Amino acid sequence: MKCRKCGATAAINMRHHRLALCGPHFLEWVPEQAQRAIERYRMFSPTDRVLVAVSGGKDSLGLWDVLVRLGYSADGLYIGLGIDGGVAYSDQSLTRCRTFAEARGLRLHTVDVPSELGASIPEVARLTHRGQQKPCSVCGLTKRHEMNRVALEGGYDALATGHNLDDEVAVLFGNTLNWSTGYLGRQAPALEGRPGFAPKVKPFCRLLERETAAYALLRGIEYVYDECPHAEGATNLMHKNLLNRLEAERPGAKLSFYLSFLRAREAGLFVQPEGELSQPEMHPCSSCGQPTTAPGECTYCRTRRRVREQKEAIRD
Amino acid sequence: MTATLILREKQYEVRHGMTVRDALLRLDIQPETVLTTRQGQLITDDVILQEGEVIRLIAVISGGAAEP
Repeated sequence: MKCRKCGATAAINMRHHRLALCGPHFLEWVPEQAQRAIERYRMFSPTDRVLVAVSGGKDSLGLWDVLVRLGYSADGLYIGLGIDGGVAYSDQSLTRCRTFAEARGLRLHTVDVPSELGASIPEVARLTHRGQQKPCSVCGLTKRHEMNRVALEGGYDALATGHNLDDEVAVLFGNTLNWSTGYLGRQAPALEGRPGFAPKVKPFCRLLERETAAYALLRGIEYVYDECPHAEGATNLMHKNLLNRLEAERPGAKLSFYLSFLRAREAGLFVQPEGELSQPEMHPCSSCGQPTTAPGECTYCRTRRRVREQKEAIRD
Repeated sequence: MTATLILREKQYEVRHGMTVRDALLRLDIQPETVLTTRQGQLITDDVILQEGEVIRLIAVISGGAAEP
């Protein structure tokens, strides 16, 4: 197969775009796609400061690389979750992020969850009995809290995550199966900031993870190949597998599903009925000050307090 | 008579002469979930497998809790 732009041997074929490209042209195409998404969904402007949440994986490091190549001022944020899984997963992830940042002279913020919360994420899940033996729920809670905190404290204009099209479509599929209209209404490539919440953006939302992986590979980015040891069996992965089967039969099905959803959302399909509040009233957390739906402590601070109490009870 | 496909330390022997894509489908590996490399170079899955060659597949699917 030949590159459509130059006729050289193609490195990747994107069946849904009917587009095959060689390595150098693919490395131009990815930033162009990201820039289109940034502009189309009004994510941020060229003078804005962006905080990129990085995990050491292909998507987030690829995104950081693309934003810097596009000329944006982008710092990184790594959240160490204390996950070992027999492969020193978090240590490996931090090393990848540090190596990436140091090689390019970029600024990387790091948060160590075991120091912040008093326990690693798997320990927190065990101690607080959140998430039915799976730490994914407490992990999501912690990452959202810490990403928002660092973005606000650092005065960043946007918090960017490496969510790709497969991530977005898997979540969309799950929420559609359950008709979770509240979640559907909030799923967007760009969420505007609100008091106490940093704006969130996903510049890779139209790129398949096959494309983000190819980008990382061709750019020589060293990333963590392994999935999080706790991801196995996650519903999200099951949905991805189903959608990949569909994509194999109908190239473009994932992109079409996502873009049709965004058009429907823009047309107001998921607006809450009149009389119902689309955004619940928010209160500042009595402990950390971040917005929370109920007066008092936010879920994150309650979890942290519970961990401390449980650890003290064990010691006694 | 065969070519070798390697995915996550696991080796698959397949008949040469077919495309990588056909080999993947026969092995029940979704082509969307992997990248194909030959001698460290990314290749497209219409490439015909040659006798004795080794193709390394890179899994691209990632999990974890995406935000709703």
